Amino acid sequence: MLARDHFHRAVCETPFHPRTAALNQLNLWHRWRDHTVADAYFDVGMEYNAIRNSCAVFDLSPMTKHLVTGPDALAFMNRLVTRDVAKLKPLRVGYAVWCDEGGQVIDDGTIFHLRDGVYRLCSQERQLDWLHSSALGFEVRIVEETNDIAGLAVQGPTSCAVLRSFGLAGIETLTPFGLRSYPFAGGTLEVSRTGYTGDLGYELWIAPEHALRLWDELFLAGANHGIRAIGTLALEMSRIEAGFIQAGVDFLPADRAVRVDRTRSPFELDLGRLVDFSKPNFTGRRALLEEHRRGSRYRLVRLDVAGNKPARDAYVYDQRRTNIGVVTSSMWSPAAKASIALASVMMPWGAPGEELTAEIYYQKELKWNRFMARCRVVEGPFFDPPRRRATPPADR
Amino acid sequence: MTEPRSVIVIGAGHNGLACATYLARAGRKVLVLEAAAQPGGAAITREFAPGFRVSAVAHLLHLLDPVVERELGLAQHGLAYARDALATVSLAGERAPLVLSGGSILSGEVSAADRSALRAHAARMQKFARLIARQHGRVPPRLRFDSWRDALPALALALDIRRLGRKDMREFLRLATMNIYDVLEEQFEHPGLKGALALDAVLGARLGPRSGNSVYTSLYRQSGAVNGRCGALALPRGGMGAVTDALAAAARAAGVGIRCGASVESILVRDGRACGVRLERGEELGAELVVSNADPQRSLLRLLGARHLEAEFARRVHNLRAAGNAAKLHLALGGRPQFRGLSAAQLGERLLIAPDVDYVERAFNPAKYGEFSTQPVLEITLPSLHDRGLAPAGREVLSAVVQYAPYDLKGGWAVGKERFLAAVMATLEEHAPGIGALVQHAELLTPMDIEQQFGITGGHWHHGELALDQFMVLRPVPGAAQYATPVAGLYLCGAGCHPGGGVMGTAGRNAARVIAGGG
Repeated sequence: MLARDHFHRAVCETPFHPRTAALNQLNLWHRWRDHTVADAYFDVGMEYNAIRNSCAVFDLSPMTKHLVTGPDALAFMNRLVTRDVAKLKPLRVGYAVWCDEGGQVIDDGTIFHLRDGVYRLCSQERQLDWLHSSALGFEVRIVEETNDIAGLAVQGPTSCAVLRSFGLAGIETLTPFGLRSYPFAGGTLEVSRTGYTGDLGYELWIAPEHALRLWDELFLAGANHGIRAIGTLALEMSRIEAGFIQAGVDFLPADRAVRVDRTRSPFELDLGRLVDFSKPNFTGRRALLEEHRRGSRYRLVRLDVAGNKPARDAYVYDQRRTNIGVVTSSMWSPAAKASIALASVMMPWGAPGEELTAEIYYQKELKWNRFMARCRVVEGPFFDPPRRRATPPADR
Repeated sequence: MTEPRSVIVIGAGHNGLACATYLARAGRKVLVLEAAAQPGGAAITREFAPGFRVSAVAHLLHLLDPVVERELGLAQHGLAYARDALATVSLAGERAPLVLSGGSILSGEVSAADRSALRAHAARMQKFARLIARQHGRVPPRLRFDSWRDALPALALALDIRRLGRKDMREFLRLATMNIYDVLEEQFEHPGLKGALALDAVLGARLGPRSGNSVYTSLYRQSGAVNGRCGALALPRGGMGAVTDALAAAARAAGVGIRCGASVESILVRDGRACGVRLERGEELGAELVVSNADPQRSLLRLLGARHLEAEFARRVHNLRAAGNAAKLHLALGGRPQFRGLSAAQLGERLLIAPDVDYVERAFNPAKYGEFSTQPVLEITLPSLHDRGLAPAGREVLSAVVQYAPYDLKGGWAVGKERFLAAVMATLEEHAPGIGALVQHAELLTPMDIEQQFGITGGHWHHGELALDQFMVLRPVPGAAQYATPVAGLYLCGAGCHPGGGVMGTAGRNAARVIAGGG
């Protein structure tokens, strides 16, 4: 739990702060769920390269975490999220979304099935209120444990080798979305093969008191594998390349939206695969079934944009110059060697292969230029290396 | 395998029986399950002391749906009235009591101005109450309608309001959300008159005369008719049980099976569809449809379970305001009581202890803080004066609704009940000196008792406050206001649905129409 004097400070530091602060040559920080995290340490490009070419370490301690236990934990989780949690075996992690009764996404996150009937829900947004509200009639205990667990993402092609050097014997046999525990410093280190980079990678979970020792030993083990601390700017690049969405950026959490048509359903976020109608009940089911029958309003698309200018916040048009949507995330992708974007467009536009136009504005020495960039709807992520799924990963 | 077109109705209260009968007439095979030993729910007559029988909860019939009464042939099935138009007597201590019936003062020292104001007020309120009554038989519209058919009831309501005429429409819209205190203060001088009219607005509700919404409850109370007389108050011969006896007879005649002593423990769900019930003894009964006459919270949160509902819907049901405030007092009297200033003939009318509107408001004050009224308001009847079958010769039954008795009493009813009974008896003694000495047996039903004995969550007569925020499309909650619940095959038919509580039968009839039409 938080120290009792936490309210004296508007923003808390993560358990890794002594190390991240020492490394942050740019002194560049931002606030993530009331915690200080680094935007970048030295150079965003080099940090991005660590993700794709060696080993990147990202402090994800502020990730919201809730522990769900009790005899009805599975029933509760299954009523909460749209996918079938009964299929999630112990020591597996599953990506999930949860909706309001209108079938609109409140947030997405990962469910860690820690042991039989014990779940940890990790999410971008705080969810305690929604979880408690949803718990009516279920025998469950829901505890927010965000500050009880420090987290590090260890991502990139050499991440497995780093963890082996660090001493995690047999880590190469851990399959994607697998979860394993190792003894560490008299306690337990939990390792999941998960991440937000679309690359080979792991996430390490540890009690805060062992955080600094973990960091030090990890960086020692990674010295010969190109290990590097990275900030959120580099992480953001890799998640767009991987085609992952972010709450508050690519969709508006339904519980925060004021205007009814500004939210999105799982189908409208290209997450229809996470909706399991064979479950007799979950929050949002009736509305989603209706949407499934009638068709969605929007579609999330991945765009390959002409030129090299990021299509930031660009309007998207069809061939006849009808405004059909907007870009929500965009970047120049070093991996794809292309300007790429995620966009939300109205149905029926956005079928794979469709040619659209993005209206890009950029400034050059006080002069604004407008560029009507051709773009093409592509299927799948922009960057999806086989090593992401390979077990064991290639030794580097 | 469940039998095609089979329906289980949970609860043999008046709405459950009415719904079952209509469904059987529409060709369904209907089984009504009742936890108690006899059908009737809370609308029963029962012996509370050797030889003394009384209507257990509601004791005056004034809202019974005339359409249900006629269509189900309740008169042919034995329903008769011992009295069909009781006058109201407002007890005034030393002074001569005020006696009124509808818009006219039968006796009492009332000014000419008040008499004419009452005539106008009663006529206006009757007109508005008829407007409310016209909505009773309509299935509430959906808030988000997909077809014009769904919108028709909303348009019909709008049209009804428009057809009041310009002046009355304006007055209706003005009054509808006011409190009864302000309305009465505008029009009347006589304290007893205001007290009596205020009491009618707050009976059975967690409202005082100064609470918003109390004009609506007042209109609702007047929205019924007995033998064609609007707002009339009747005593069924044999007590309230006579109504449900007639309904049960009509049900059996239509082919409905009624099984008593069958307490439902849970509603069974398979693949998201209600498919039957499990009884408390473990027996499982299958049916194509399940219709619950239990209150919405009991039906949806206890019998069904929140896990079969979506989170927000379950939360809305949970948040229904359904904590009762009215207690019921039954006295077995060794002889005829004497009320101060009352003639022998007047004793048989409806007697009110609500001498002025502030008295009613003061009685309500403690209830706001979870305490009972130390000087309660009472609606008293002595049904045995009209119906000798209810008490042994030479003895009488007194039946009274007593307010306020909050369900969630601070300190609990186990401790509070004796003290409340003492306060009630002290109040009665003031108006009927010597009545205490006549009492051979006293039964006081607090809302907690009503919950335990009749299975009504919160012990609320209306299965949830009658209020504009729990009215029509909002009753019991959006998403179940058209009698169908979000769970396929499960319907509600009780007082928690539109139009609401009181011994009416309209909710049961409306639910049957929805079910037979498309269930």
